[in-house]
Amino acid sequence: MAVTASPERDIVVPPMQRAFREALYAGAIALGLFVLFIGLRTDQNISNELILVQRWGLLALVVILTAVGRFLYVAYAQPFLASLKVADVATGLLPESMATRFFRIPYLFAAIIIAVALLALAGSLDGLLGPDLAGYARFLRALAIIYAVASVMFYFRSFIHDHFSALGVSALALYPVVVVLTLALYSGSVAGGFQGSLKWVDNFGIQILIYVMLAWGLNIVIGLAGLLDLGYVAFYAVGAYAYALLGTHFGLSFWILLPAAGCMAAFWGVMLGFPVLRLRGDYLAIVTLAFGEIIRLVLINWREVTNGSAGVSGIPKVSFFGLISFNVSDPNYIAKVLNIATSSAYYKIFLYYLILGLCLLTAFVTIRLRRLPVGRAWEALREDEIACRSLGINTTTTKLTAFATGAMFGGFAGSFFAARQGFVSPESFVFLESAIVLAIVVLGGMGSLPGIAVAALVMIGGTEALRELDFLKRIFGPDFTPELYRMLLFGMAMVIVMLWKPRGFVGSREPTAFLKKRKAVSGSFTKEGHG
Amino acid sequence: MNGQASAGDLILQVEHLSMKFGGLVAIGDLSFQAKRGEITALIGPNGAGKTTVFNCITGFYKPTEGMITLSRGDGSTYLLERLPNHEIPARAKVARTFQNIRLFSGMTLLENLLVAQHNKLMKASGYTLLGLFGFPSYRQASAESIDLARHWLEKADLVDRADDPAGDLPYGAQRRLEIARAMCTGPELLCLDEPAAGLNPKESASLNQLLMDIKDNTGTSILLIEHDMSVVMQISDHVVVLEYGRKISDGNPQSVRTDPRVIAAYLGVDDEEVETVLTEVGDEDVIEQLDTGPDSEHGPGSSSSFLAGPVTDTIGHSEGERVTVSKGASKAAQVDARKPAVKPKPAAKKSTSPAKPAAKSSTAKPRGGRK
Repeated sequence: MAVTASPERDIVVPPMQRAFREALYAGAIALGLFVLFIGLRTDQNISNELILVQRWGLLALVVILTAVGRFLYVAYAQPFLASLKVADVATGLLPESMATRFFRIPYLFAAIIIAVALLALAGSLDGLLGPDLAGYARFLRALAIIYAVASVMFYFRSFIHDHFSALGVSALALYPVVVVLTLALYSGSVAGGFQGSLKWVDNFGIQILIYVMLAWGLNIVIGLAGLLDLGYVAFYAVGAYAYALLGTHFGLSFWILLPAAGCMAAFWGVMLGFPVLRLRGDYLAIVTLAFGEIIRLVLINWREVTNGSAGVSGIPKVSFFGLISFNVSDPNYIAKVLNIATSSAYYKIFLYYLILGLCLLTAFVTIRLRRLPVGRAWEALREDEIACRSLGINTTTTKLTAFATGAMFGGFAGSFFAARQGFVSPESFVFLESAIVLAIVVLGGMGSLPGIAVAALVMIGGTEALRELDFLKRIFGPDFTPELYRMLLFGMAMVIVMLWKPRGFVGSREPTAFLKKRKAVSGSFTKEGHG
Repeated sequence: MNGQASAGDLILQVEHLSMKFGGLVAIGDLSFQAKRGEITALIGPNGAGKTTVFNCITGFYKPTEGMITLSRGDGSTYLLERLPNHEIPARAKVARTFQNIRLFSGMTLLENLLVAQHNKLMKASGYTLLGLFGFPSYRQASAESIDLARHWLEKADLVDRADDPAGDLPYGAQRRLEIARAMCTGPELLCLDEPAAGLNPKESASLNQLLMDIKDNTGTSILLIEHDMSVVMQISDHVVVLEYGRKISDGNPQSVRTDPRVIAAYLGVDDEEVETVLTEVGDEDVIEQLDTGPDSEHGPGSSSSFLAGPVTDTIGHSEGERVTVSKGASKAAQVDARKPAVKPKPAAKKSTSPAKPAAKSSTAKPRGGRK
């Protein structure tokens, strides 16, 4: 961006000519890249023969779009940005002036009006505009709402920054209530509100919170102790199967099995910890990855106990400490106890608060542990293991406690997962899950609880939101499934965030003690650990 | 060799310490003692094995042979070569610093000093359990640990920067912080590996002050490796000179300073003098030979003198402390045999250990003999 602003500008070719040339290059590169991806496609014809479909039109479209985009960027966007000097050359970050340009009060009002108008018309949109345009209208409405929320957050950014934890926790606590109330108003009945809340509370709320909890657990191992663990999903699996098997075979309650599952996962964390104590970096990563696979293969092959790939089903539901049950047939079913209409939403809302509680427990323990000697020793271990030993810290037990504590929270999350699904199978515990959790930790900023929570919201919420983009089917054809592109979204989000903030959303580190004033430690000083 | 000093006022006794890395003898039969409440300096040319001695004392290496006895003030004694690495600071109360500073750079100064009090705080927090539930006993211990940290930050003149990350400090301050951190473990013996390396004269002076303060006010004994002779000569009570993993001199700074073997080895004389001494001791041929570079058979053909140029570590090892020393008796005998050939030195006050005569022939000759 800064190129055009440099003194060389006098001798470089005029922007238009340069833009034209670069557009040609970009087009050529796009052609070379996509000729086999887009231009040709293998398919099966009616008699199951493999045929080659040629899509030169689509290829031409992509190439032309690339070239035009490059042309516009070099010819107009670059000089514009350079003239505004908006980009900080050193960091590549957009300064505040850009944000104030983007978030303006009139725009906010416009967005709110659009959102409200479209919300009011929601029921009759299809009739008014036809199904095609209605889809776009809904998308526009979503954008308007996002813009309005983003600008409100922008205007109150310092307040939000100062009270992030309190605001976050209260927002999470109120979330199901708000969802139910909004939907009840919308549909005109309380029952409708509960029914409609299922998707929002279960698919979004619970799903995201499970990943928040997993990522916070993994954060202890990676973010604090600096031990790269690629097999974290193994502990999730141990927790899930511990509850699934003990719950179905022995009928033990969730409230007994939750700590038991945590202990079992912690035990396996120590089991994993012992052999890998002497390993670092890549070697540690490989061994932990293998450990995760071993657990999964044992679950698949030990059929007598785990029922193999068929999984364990019929896992009992969680009850409210045995007082209130969520099984319709039970005498103490919630609707009978409270004299309200039967609905499956109560259980989901209960589960939501349960996982929220577990998340808060994880956060509480993590924050407390960081201020205790063991947590400081974890961070010291990440910074310099040899110095730790010279100060009399037993690095063996310190590493093992990190593995065990991280694994314990994985086990809690696992048993919750089993209770929520009612069914577990080894398919839920593939390496991809470990990778996603790791990606959330890295994206959020290693060691930072709020950053990781935001990263989980973006990654998992983003994935779920892709399912909502049905109107894309109208553009790309009916066999287009947006959620299949979530890995692409993951990759793009990772690349963008790592370019923009290489240390994750929250790169700085909060000191655990202070003498005069608490000052965040810049990410450039902290180390990632040796693995 | 020992026995003249009563065990009571000795804090550290190193007896017949040998450290071999494969065929390389980094330390050969080294014996020395450090008295309680004194500053003992361990000096020697590059590659003399000083850091290896430190690593043996602080448990980072397990010595091949020998005994390292530490006597604490309460009368208990520890055989350091038998203790696991992390128990040496924890139980034997030996703290150390590193030649290349090892701070927790992403943690604040205060946190660095709190990490150093890990074991004490761990007990106070009931191995985390009591602390997790916020028991008052832990809170009190925590407040005390912060007071101790503040005390040492003040001593190290760093209290203004207590809440800054350690990696943000200038070099000299990092050195002082590392010493303060080591002191926070409550050591009885503080091992400092080149604390003055890379410091300017002013910083070096303030370091001297800090070390004297530690010695006078805490009763902590100090063992120090140093190249900066101004530091060594000013503050140390006792100097041990190593060369090729063997002791060549041992005594108070003055006697060491005048010991011709030490002078020959390198101490505080300018190049011309060294040359003169070398010529006296050996001959031109030897000096010539020294400059020819590494011995193909035994790795670095290094000499003790600065004239020999950098010691090339032909046998790769991270510490750079390896030295070829005689392989077994035959070599020692060879060196001994050569001793009369060399102008015999008047034996200084030090007790003559069997290892000494070998080293006695000082710089040039033994090395020449080895080639």
